[in-house]
Amino acid sequence: MDQLDQLVTQAEADFSAAVDAAALEVAKARYLGKAGSLTELLKGLGKLDPEARKSAGAEINKAKSAIEALLNARRDALQRAALEAQLAAEALDVTLPGRGQGVGGLHPVVRTLERVEQLFRSIGFDVAEGPEIETDFYNFTALNTPANHPARSMHDTFYLENGEGVLLRTHTSPVQIRAMQAHVEAYKDRDTMPELRIIAPGRVYRVDSDATHSPMFHQVEGLWVGESVSFADLKGVVADFLRSFFESDDLQVRFRPSFFPFTEPSAEIDVAFMSGALKGRWLEIAGCGMVHPNVLRFGGIDPERYTGFAFGMGPDRLTMLRYGVNDLRLFFEGDLRFLGQFR
Amino acid sequence: MQFSELWLRSFVSPDLDSDALGHLLTMAGLEVEEQDGVAAVFSKVVVAQIIEAEKHPNADKLRVCKVDAGHGELLQIVCGAPNAAAGIRIPCALVGADLAGFGIKAAKLRGVESFGMLCSAKELGISDESSGLLVLPEDAPVGTDLRDYLALNDTLFTIKLTPNRADCLSLSGIAREVAALTGQPLSLPACEPVAAVLGDSRDIVLDAAEACPRYSGRIIRGVNAKAPTPEWMKQRLARSGIRSISALVDVTNYVMLELGQPLHAFDEAKLSGAIHVRFPKAGEQVLLLNGQTVTPAADTLLIADETRALALAGIMGGEDSGITLDTTDLFLESAFFAPDVIAGRARAYGFSSDASYRFERGVDFALAGPAIERATRLILDICGGQPGPVVDAVAAGKLPRREPIRLRAARVRRVLGIALSADEVAGMFGRLNLQVAREGDDFVVTPPSYRFDLEIEEDLIEEIARLHGYDNIPVCAPKGPISMLPRPEAKRDTMFVRRLVAGREYQEVINFAFVEEAWEKDFGGNADPVRLANPIASQMSVMRSTLIGGLVANLVTNRKRQTNRVRVFEIGRCFAKDPAGKPVEGYYQPVRIAALAGGLARPEQWGESNRNVDFYDVKADLEALLFPRVAEFERAAHPALHPGRSARVLLDGRAIGFIGELHPVWVQRYELGTAPVVFEIELDALLETRTPAYREVSRFPAVTRDLALVVDQQVSAASLLRGLQSVAPAIVQHIELFDQYQGKGIEPNRKSLAFRVVMQETQRTLEDAEVDAAMIALTRHAEDSLGAKLRA
Repeated sequence: MDQLDQLVTQAEADFSAAVDAAALEVAKARYLGKAGSLTELLKGLGKLDPEARKSAGAEINKAKSAIEALLNARRDALQRAALEAQLAAEALDVTLPGRGQGVGGLHPVVRTLERVEQLFRSIGFDVAEGPEIETDFYNFTALNTPANHPARSMHDTFYLENGEGVLLRTHTSPVQIRAMQAHVEAYKDRDTMPELRIIAPGRVYRVDSDATHSPMFHQVEGLWVGESVSFADLKGVVADFLRSFFESDDLQVRFRPSFFPFTEPSAEIDVAFMSGALKGRWLEIAGCGMVHPNVLRFGGIDPERYTGFAFGMGPDRLTMLRYGVNDLRLFFEGDLRFLGQFR
Repeated sequence: MQFSELWLRSFVSPDLDSDALGHLLTMAGLEVEEQDGVAAVFSKVVVAQIIEAEKHPNADKLRVCKVDAGHGELLQIVCGAPNAAAGIRIPCALVGADLAGFGIKAAKLRGVESFGMLCSAKELGISDESSGLLVLPEDAPVGTDLRDYLALNDTLFTIKLTPNRADCLSLSGIAREVAALTGQPLSLPACEPVAAVLGDSRDIVLDAAEACPRYSGRIIRGVNAKAPTPEWMKQRLARSGIRSISALVDVTNYVMLELGQPLHAFDEAKLSGAIHVRFPKAGEQVLLLNGQTVTPAADTLLIADETRALALAGIMGGEDSGITLDTTDLFLESAFFAPDVIAGRARAYGFSSDASYRFERGVDFALAGPAIERATRLILDICGGQPGPVVDAVAAGKLPRREPIRLRAARVRRVLGIALSADEVAGMFGRLNLQVAREGDDFVVTPPSYRFDLEIEEDLIEEIARLHGYDNIPVCAPKGPISMLPRPEAKRDTMFVRRLVAGREYQEVINFAFVEEAWEKDFGGNADPVRLANPIASQMSVMRSTLIGGLVANLVTNRKRQTNRVRVFEIGRCFAKDPAGKPVEGYYQPVRIAALAGGLARPEQWGESNRNVDFYDVKADLEALLFPRVAEFERAAHPALHPGRSARVLLDGRAIGFIGELHPVWVQRYELGTAPVVFEIELDALLETRTPAYREVSRFPAVTRDLALVVDQQVSAASLLRGLQSVAPAIVQHIELFDQYQGKGIEPNRKSLAFRVVMQETQRTLEDAEVDAAMIALTRHAEDSLGAKLRA
């Protein structure tokens, strides 16, 4: 049956020559179509005797199977090639930028505030806030700074027109009083008041404006009142915070005596970096101290039963030190080229 | 407070170098702000005299001097100073001298040999005076080392004193402190009484005994007011930053610096009758030493005689009763004024004086006597004269009292977190000159008259901490009961909201809360803003009631700096007058969030065509912030906004803010190019969210039908949607607007709104009939009640 073998060989060649699905169908018809070579051969079987018909039929069917297999293989190959061609045609320049919106960012000082909040939350401090138009009572008197106290001259205060006893708060310390009063009120029916641990970040105002002073700036107040809170604890918390905030043990922290009417003893906190541009210089970073008994009393708390510490630091300064910003005014100019660097 | 280290060391001299002394003071709470040598580092500079000064043969501006530097032989030195002249005594740097690293050698200047250099004050780092040679006094001993002669091995300290430490506003006070800190012996100036030679005295009447419980006065006659102030005194004054004026004035200043007692000298000839210390009479005026005429307020204490007011007590003397160079008889005042009576007064008149600075912080009430004796001694020594007796008027019982303070050992431990022995504490109190009695574990402590800052137990605890050293208090990991902070799931914090807004491509800004008044009118329609009484500048004179003005200014600033696409937001307080305001009565102070987007909607890019940001871009941002809560938007006018493109934002019926395109008038006035879109929302509305609740998900197929309705153009999409929702049968899960069409096929002034209605049941498949019925109900309601027509 050389003729059949030849046919299979021929079909293989024809199929290979077909470059696309249509050509392949034409070539298929030549063998398997109504008038195709194999179809013709099968039709011719009827003329043979039964014995010969049986063996010839088997041979022809074998050849038919072989041709069908070749056909399928070629179909698959063509499909694969077509897909590959399509994929190649669809290829993108993956280096083109993504489409759509960009991203914004937080203000650098707010970044600092966020970190401060996170660090203090991790040791159980909650975040409190208070009004920025404040009464003279909360801003000064309740903080043990009566009228005409020389310490008032340390705070050049903005007053409001036609406002009796109201001002723009000069520090976040009045939040101490409000937080203590609220805490006392919340637990007035209990024998023991739980500890009060808060930080109060916010804007404060002083009549002062130059390269290192802004008439509006930020402070973060901290307050911890409990039955056994000491100056040693204050040192621990502040040192821990500063090392965590600057992510460095390469940092010296010192406390030196100072004066604030609302704390006694009082301290100023200085840091010195061991490397970098400011290496070795002591930088004033915060004021702190043990809450003055009068202040606790104004807050409704018995100073014999509870003690506490408080601190106030400047997040603007912290931000400048952390990121190497050299001009405070940049924070309040709204220049996107500056602000965008802190995304 | 500035002072000379050498002066301090004349009272107490610990074995510490200048740096160590500075550190000691800083760490004790007397912060050293500046510490500088009084002169540059130099050597081999001596006092010399110019014997001859000839013109240089080859140079017009140079002179060839013959100088006596104490060596016997004269030195030839070429000098360019214009004041180089024969006879004057000047500093001379010898060959081999070192002037702050600059070596002096023998040299030839324009062909003339020169053996040294004559120096100006600037070259020696003594002052900035460089116009000529430093001319020394005629009696300056030739050949003496200049550093010794001018006491230049001295350091100037400037300390920043906290208001509680008025006791350190004098050299004696600082010396006391150094002695307490180091345990070194202290020798303060003796203030021996000077016996009266004359019988003359002036009566003193304490009319306001609470305000001035002690006033000492003394007449000194026959002084020579023109006598020169001794060099040593001038030098000490200069090194304290005080200019020498005349011997009498210098003495009063010197004693104030030395002891801390402000003094005043009146011209005795200009006084009449008794001295009164009293409050003003109506209409009284005083011409002050600084030339200012003031009408003293009722609470300003005066020094007066029987005819007129002379001076503001403890603040400033009067021009026409003070001493002059012609004064021969003077009346010296040394008094104690209560701090409360002085505090804040000078500031109210717009100045400050050394005296008021000290009195308002507290001057030792036991010092008036010693100080007047000390000043008398110095005046007699320098100006001559004959003293009368000291009249010491004291109001019994009105002087401050130093009440004993009880200190409990346990309290020290509790407040400081350290345990100190009773002996250690007693030792510290001893060094501080506090009187101590022991009662069991307690100390009963009486502070000295000069310590106004020691009133309660905590004050003593601070003294203990200072003497122990803040550095020596351990750094403790604090212990406290721990419990979790509440974190309600249905609350978000401000930082979360910030991150959300930033995620929509807004950059956070922080703007001043005081703004230009015009912004309040333009962007808030606020004609009555909260005004500052003392603004720093007129463009920062009112408190903002809206954040929009600041954001518009940010847009302007950035456009000027060539950034035209600006997306900014701010979270901050706004301020308005409000009788019901809380917690500060009369003021409403909400925290708001506002955002502004101007310029292109998207960053310029290859993949999308450029278009400007519009209302719906920003509305999507706001909706994303509110999500999962859904706000309603209703057309509403706002002074800042385009009237047709602005909306009030409502959340559960509460108006929480507004959104819209900036009004074209402001776009033009502020030169913004294209109109930015802004919103401002009450921050608290964004902090409330919800805890998710589960609803069963249906496994039965949903049926979707569309409904296109034609309505008048003014009909809002939201009103139509609300109308449909109000009558939708229970099977309707949601209705969404998916298309708006105007144009061909729709009448002018009408629009087509297409809604997709999704229906589903959780327990069964819907039947066609009920779906049809639902759609009919919706259509009928739209046509009958909402003025809509089904689109053909």
